[in-house]
Amino acid sequence: MTDASLAAQGMTAHRSLWGDVWRQFRAHRGAMVGSAVFLFIVLGVTVGPYIHTVDPQYLNMRARNAGISWDHPFGTDNVGRDMLAQVMAGGRVSLAVGFAAMGVSIVIGALVGVLAGYIRRLDGPLMRLTDLFLALPILPLLLVILLLFRDTLRTLFGPEAGIFLLIVFVIGITSWMQTARIVRGEVLALKEREFVLAAKSIGTRGHRIITRHLLPNVLSPIMVSATIGIANAIITESALSFLGLGFPPDFPTWGRLLFDGKDFMTLTPERVIWPGLAISLTVLSVNFIGDGLRDALDPRIRGR
Amino acid sequence: MAFDSPKAGETLVRVADLKVHFPIHAGLIRRQVGTVRAVDGVSFDVARGETLGLVGESGCGKSTTGRAVLRLVDATAGRIEMAGTDIASLGSEALRRMRPRMQMIFQDPHASLNPRMTVGSIVAEPLSEHGTLRGSARQRRVEELLDAVGLNPSFANRYPHEFSGGQRQRIGIARALALDPDFIVCDEPIAALDVSIQAQVVNLLEELQERLGLTYLFISHDLSMVRHIADRVAVMYLGKIVELADREALYGAPKHPYTQALLSAVPIPNPKVEATRRHIILKGDVPSPANPPSGCRFRTRCPIAEARCAAEEPAWRKLDDGRHVACHFAT
Repeated sequence: MTDASLAAQGMTAHRSLWGDVWRQFRAHRGAMVGSAVFLFIVLGVTVGPYIHTVDPQYLNMRARNAGISWDHPFGTDNVGRDMLAQVMAGGRVSLAVGFAAMGVSIVIGALVGVLAGYIRRLDGPLMRLTDLFLALPILPLLLVILLLFRDTLRTLFGPEAGIFLLIVFVIGITSWMQTARIVRGEVLALKEREFVLAAKSIGTRGHRIITRHLLPNVLSPIMVSATIGIANAIITESALSFLGLGFPPDFPTWGRLLFDGKDFMTLTPERVIWPGLAISLTVLSVNFIGDGLRDALDPRIRGR
Repeated sequence: MAFDSPKAGETLVRVADLKVHFPIHAGLIRRQVGTVRAVDGVSFDVARGETLGLVGESGCGKSTTGRAVLRLVDATAGRIEMAGTDIASLGSEALRRMRPRMQMIFQDPHASLNPRMTVGSIVAEPLSEHGTLRGSARQRRVEELLDAVGLNPSFANRYPHEFSGGQRQRIGIARALALDPDFIVCDEPIAALDVSIQAQVVNLLEELQERLGLTYLFISHDLSMVRHIADRVAVMYLGKIVELADREALYGAPKHPYTQALLSAVPIPNPKVEATRRHIILKGDVPSPANPPSGCRFRTRCPIAEARCAAEEPAWRKLDDGRHVACHFAT
């Protein structure tokens, strides 16, 4: 078949939007590597515990501070708990917190940003609210929120689910401001573009202008802040655990493992290397996936 | 609409004393310190099936007039009648129901199409917004529209960035035509295009007008293109119309000194005539619309201005041959 007939075929064949997006995503090498690594981590923390069936809380005082061996592929800590099992158990919590908190922060940030950018009357109040949140000292705020609501939520949802909800909410509510500012700026620029005026002249209603014309065009900055948001959420959760405000001490998360291991860095460096590596790889792979998604969702870059 | 069959000469759009003022805010508490009188008392009629050209230099309020006529900018004062309904005071839902009858073609074909939407969904947007057609009927209508503006209907799956400026402008025209409008405001539809493409787009507009009985308000700063397409021409200066006349009368014997100066700036493609022709070169700049001169707005640059022009604002007069002029000395 000649090039011309191939081109003619491509012109008439129906191209679905998501088919195009997937094709472009697959062409992005970094995104594919990132997806593979991320899939590996997700499978590791979900399926892994069924293969490496060691209880992460099992204390084995005879095998304290053990190095890498067949029994303990990642070694053990100072009370003989298996590190691999702990990293896998901690990953579940860290990933769940990261994604859920990112979701909360993106939804709030995008909502505030779009409303402030699109509705002139709301711009002042919403942006001052954003400034207020940015100016708040986060750690004292977290302390107060956690102290006030921890016990209520614990009794309502149980110790683990309650603290999970609280941490996701607290991280989400304190990290949406950057997204809101970026989205507002983009919306302010976009709504003066002629295609928005064209939509108004057609009689498109306000909410449709937002969902059809504004949101798809601010997808790139939202995507970027989402990938950064996951990393930030995982790290903030670690900081909270370190302060004793996060999950209970016997409940491993990647951040908790890092902080527990830091005192034994000279003796058993693998105790900080493994959770640190897991956090870094997750953040890096999510960043690459976000990069690829952003390119794939932009029709101007797609097909290049 | 079907029940008001087109009659020649019937007035479709009547604009009376339209004013669009923009407030200027300054200082710490954003107090209003002045107003930009972008459009300041503009009146004109457009008859069904005709093309009214609106010309003037940059910043004189042409585009704002066009947008205010479609209520894309709210008018500060005045009436805008569209087939007898005053749309300047309509509520948003009633205005939305009027939208299909009046559409706009935009200046910049690169900015007027959403880069994230396919051409098909751009053209289908008016149809889905007003719920007139669904499913395969809508798709057929989109193909029909693309065909009508000279584009291959199979382009519906492509994105705007895959097209040239002229093709994009055709997509914009197809979108404007989707709801069978009576009245289209063309806001400098050819200003951003190559000269070779301009003629194609203008011819397409003329052909569509003939076929569909459209009425145009054609905004442009290209005097020769307006002469080609318009039946009547209005000349704007600093928020006001200074002269409105039939095309031949205006280009043949302009009465207002500003129109005369404007037309003398159009080169004539004959070196002998061009060399000997009298050029009127205006001095100075256009005054700020936030602080227009007293009396006649053109007096600061007018070659024939007198003391009276500063004291007294010239009336919008109808001359014997039917044209309108706003100048004390025009006869």
